[in-house]
Amino acid sequence: MELSDASQIVLIGGGQAAAQAVQSLRQGGYAGKLVIVGDEPALPYQRPPLSKAYMKGEFAEERLYFKPAPWYQDNNVELILSTRALKIDRAAQVVELEHGATLNYDALILCTGSRPRPLPAKGADLAGVHDLRTLADVDRIQPQFVSGRRLVIVGAGYIGLEAAAVARTMGLEVTVLEMADRVLARVTSPVMSEFYEKEHRAHGVTILTGARLDHLDGQDGHVSAAVLADGTSIPADIVLVGIGILPNIELAKDAGLTIDNGIATDRDTRTSDPHIFAAGDCASRPLVHYGRVGRLESVHNAIEQGKLAAAAILGAARPAEDCPWFWSDQYDLKLQIAGLNQGYDELVVRGNPDERKFAVFYLRNGTLIAVDAVNSPPEFLASKKLIMTGAKVASSMLKDTSVAMKDIAAAAATA
Amino acid sequence: MPKITYVDHAGNERTVEAKNGESVMEAAVKNSIPGIDADCGGACACATCHVYVDAAFMDKVGEQQEMEKSMLDFAENVQSNSRLSCQITVSDALDGLRVTTPESQH
Repeated sequence: MELSDASQIVLIGGGQAAAQAVQSLRQGGYAGKLVIVGDEPALPYQRPPLSKAYMKGEFAEERLYFKPAPWYQDNNVELILSTRALKIDRAAQVVELEHGATLNYDALILCTGSRPRPLPAKGADLAGVHDLRTLADVDRIQPQFVSGRRLVIVGAGYIGLEAAAVARTMGLEVTVLEMADRVLARVTSPVMSEFYEKEHRAHGVTILTGARLDHLDGQDGHVSAAVLADGTSIPADIVLVGIGILPNIELAKDAGLTIDNGIATDRDTRTSDPHIFAAGDCASRPLVHYGRVGRLESVHNAIEQGKLAAAAILGAARPAEDCPWFWSDQYDLKLQIAGLNQGYDELVVRGNPDERKFAVFYLRNGTLIAVDAVNSPPEFLASKKLIMTGAKVASSMLKDTSVAMKDIAAAAATA
Repeated sequence: MPKITYVDHAGNERTVEAKNGESVMEAAVKNSIPGIDADCGGACACATCHVYVDAAFMDKVGEQQEMEKSMLDFAENVQSNSRLSCQITVSDALDGLRVTTPESQH
């Protein structure tokens, strides 16, 4: 791509991927115009603390910002906030914004992210029913997190369980409803599900698995109870919905870009239009360590694709692609996840879950493909390296806590 | 406001004014100090904010927690003065702190 000081790069969406891309573009020497168009009012901010420290009230809003406001001026990055992009005219290389403005682009990066899957139940629009995705969501929820209030969380994924832990710590009565027969069913193994269910129950959370929500009842327009398909009614002052996210692909789809679960991209984040890139939750990408394509919903992915997009636009060398990684904080437990466990044929537990310090390894044909490490950084960090090299690892060794992870990694590297 | 000096691998120095209560990592990231990635934003989850603490400040930056210690164990080129900068909280006692960033965070 021919870029000059007169070029303009436009980013749609102001999340982690966009923040990384503008930073990497400037670091990489790009001197032309940069414009971020975001539909939220806040400066680009980190989402992970929203369901953790920020929700607890332990984290000031300005600490969520990737960069303070003056950074954008100093680095000549124009921020157009509280504004949605409506249409991409690919032939003219123009983006149309609401309120009638248009932006020309030499390169366009779609960082449109994702949105919460709406609750398909009557009563979802009652006051007191919240999603947990944006700063504005948490600013609405946080004042209602008062000791003694009754909170019902729909969906036992990571977001729901993190919120449950915060709410319990703040003294709320918490019930978690999960349709599947175990928590975290979509993302992890039964061993991990059992551990987290036990942990939350020990902290006083009521967890109902196999629970199908029928509707939400309200009084004077405010939610009052969650009613299950079997008729059980659970009184609620607040309801949080955490049943997954949907990638924001509509803008790309309407522009005729190829869609494959997310906006289809190559390793350099380029979409089916060579002037348009996509990064973060909205993008589907080659997962190079797994030989397939997928969409990742994570900080690691947003950062990495932000860097990849910047490098591709500048014609720089492709940055290294890391093994996918994630984390979740609940109570005093730090869960660190490396890799993707889909398709594992062997599961190895290292350590004792009762000691709240253990790891679950996932292997496929003798190769490590993922780990869930609870309060166990060595297991996480060593696995990250092992997954990237695709080395064979003996499960007997992984199981043996008398062998240090460093030694396991070293042995696998020379095998 | 306490001043912190970040020295990069090549010896270039950058001094910033930090705020009490924020971490040495946050002060670096907000001031675009190169050499500190801090991918996880300070959750002690990624070990990409590794720094070497100047000897004069080793007793002022606080003790390492177990998590940090075991994360650092897997970082490259670890020294006895290695710390994760997200785990060091800025205070007046750290005015004049100097930290050096490693060649790579990965």
